[in-house]
Amino acid sequence: MSKSRLNFKANTLPAIVMVGPVVVIMVLLIAVPLIYVGIMSSCSIDEFYNVTYNFTLENYIRLANQDYLKIYSQSICIAFITTLICILIGYPFSYFIARTKSKKKKILYMLVIIPFWTNSLIRIYGWRTFLGTNGWLNIILQLLNITDEPIDFLYKTGATVLGMVYCLIPFMILPLYTSIEKLDVTLLEASSDLGAGSMKTFVNVILPLTSGGIFSGSLMVFIPCLGYFFVSDILGGGNSDVIGNLIERQFQGGNNWPLGAALSIVLIVVTLALVKVYQKLGGDMDALGV
Amino acid sequence: MKKKKHSGIFKIIFCLFVYIFLFLPIAVIVVNSFNATNSKPYMSWKGFTLDWYLKLWSNSSLLEAFGNTMIIAIISTLCATAIGTLAAVGMYKYKFKGKGLIDGLLYIPVVIPEIVLGISLLTLFSKVNIPRGMITLILAHVTFCVPFVIFNVRARLSGYDNSIEEASLDLGANRIMTFFKVTMPVLAPGIFGGALLAFTLSIDDVIISYFVYGQTKTYPLKVMESVKSGVAPDVNALSTLILIGTIIFVILTQGDLIKRKSK
Repeated sequence: MSKSRLNFKANTLPAIVMVGPVVVIMVLLIAVPLIYVGIMSSCSIDEFYNVTYNFTLENYIRLANQDYLKIYSQSICIAFITTLICILIGYPFSYFIARTKSKKKKILYMLVIIPFWTNSLIRIYGWRTFLGTNGWLNIILQLLNITDEPIDFLYKTGATVLGMVYCLIPFMILPLYTSIEKLDVTLLEASSDLGAGSMKTFVNVILPLTSGGIFSGSLMVFIPCLGYFFVSDILGGGNSDVIGNLIERQFQGGNNWPLGAALSIVLIVVTLALVKVYQKLGGDMDALGV
Repeated sequence: MKKKKHSGIFKIIFCLFVYIFLFLPIAVIVVNSFNATNSKPYMSWKGFTLDWYLKLWSNSSLLEAFGNTMIIAIISTLCATAIGTLAAVGMYKYKFKGKGLIDGLLYIPVVIPEIVLGISLLTLFSKVNIPRGMITLILAHVTFCVPFVIFNVRARLSGYDNSIEEASLDLGANRIMTFFKVTMPVLAPGIFGGALLAFTLSIDDVIISYFVYGQTKTYPLKVMESVKSGVAPDVNALSTLILIGTIIFVILTQGDLIKRKSK
């Protein structure tokens, strides 16, 4: 009796005090709401848009209609191109910054982060001002006599992709920077001593050693890209919707919550599948927390 | 030799272009905050003015939204940091049932698209009839900030030596004193980094707040509202002031970190 009480005071009580709050939050505000969304996705609505609890698969059947299928593939295309561009820009950039011998390395790194301390919406709006028909870009193009007529860059898929790349590229640069900085210089020297050219060293040594950074960066870019509805709202103007736009409309304007819930479940399943692939490829879950 | 020089120039030009890309929309905002035009959409240059900065002080709804954002960010950062630090240490030291499940749940806010988290909290709050406002915003922000604090503190814990705590207990300090005098100082950089990340995530959050705000508008939500009608120039002015504030903050905190390291 007294021994178990001692054990309670030494181990159980501090464990409850320390871990209790986070358990409450994770269960009540993450697990329960997600389960509830799952239940709601198989409900229907009455004529006043109230959720009625009778089991149906009608929402999931509605997800397969032609318009929605077009938006899924469009959304996946946008996410894929965005991820690709982020790798193509982010990799050389992180490589140059991480391996520079300059004393200003820390400042160069901070300069990547500072823009993201300004509100993301206002920066996207800055792009809209820049790209518009009488924006800076058109003024520059006209001054250089490249074009006479103002070109409308907005409300096209390209503008949405640009906004997505802009918002998400730090999630590619930061893990790449970390993995490139960890590279052991002696390995690169060994490779070149043994006669490999710089291209061969890159493909056979550098790329495999930094692939972890590419994988975690790609996951952190691809997944949010499916949901960032405000980017396609502001820059794409409804012409390049992502899955996030569909969900937002059901919850804010359309008022068909069960349909929105079913769309969210699809997004969760896609996310979990991608995370599983990432883990199968040997990805480290802790690399995602940064 | 010559080839090497060329590639050096290429590197600098490439990096320069990336930085221009990163700072371009911010430059647009800063320049337009001094632009004397008042015809929407505020694009062409009509001369220098400080009017928008002066008008800012009379735009009470914008200032109120900014105040809300700061209140929410400070409260949720404090809560998330306290809860997250305790949890990281507790989960490192103690074994209990369902630990794996909690560990798995922690990754959900990190990997899942924010919109799913937003609508799931919306459905919960409306189901249990919690009126949407300051409270729901703080609850939501604490929820998505806690995992990031835990991961940051946990990174510090991986090389943590438990024996220093035992030494402290052996020398007569109680558990609470040991936590504050021994455990906390060792973990301080992780806690600080986690808190900073939580604060950043909170002030910038649009998507999750968008679904749970009720009548309490945060600054990003106010920006979203004005984006739909064309951003008013005083939003540009406030954004410029916030940018200057964050740059000063970065210089102060980073300078401090560098100094501490060299000691």
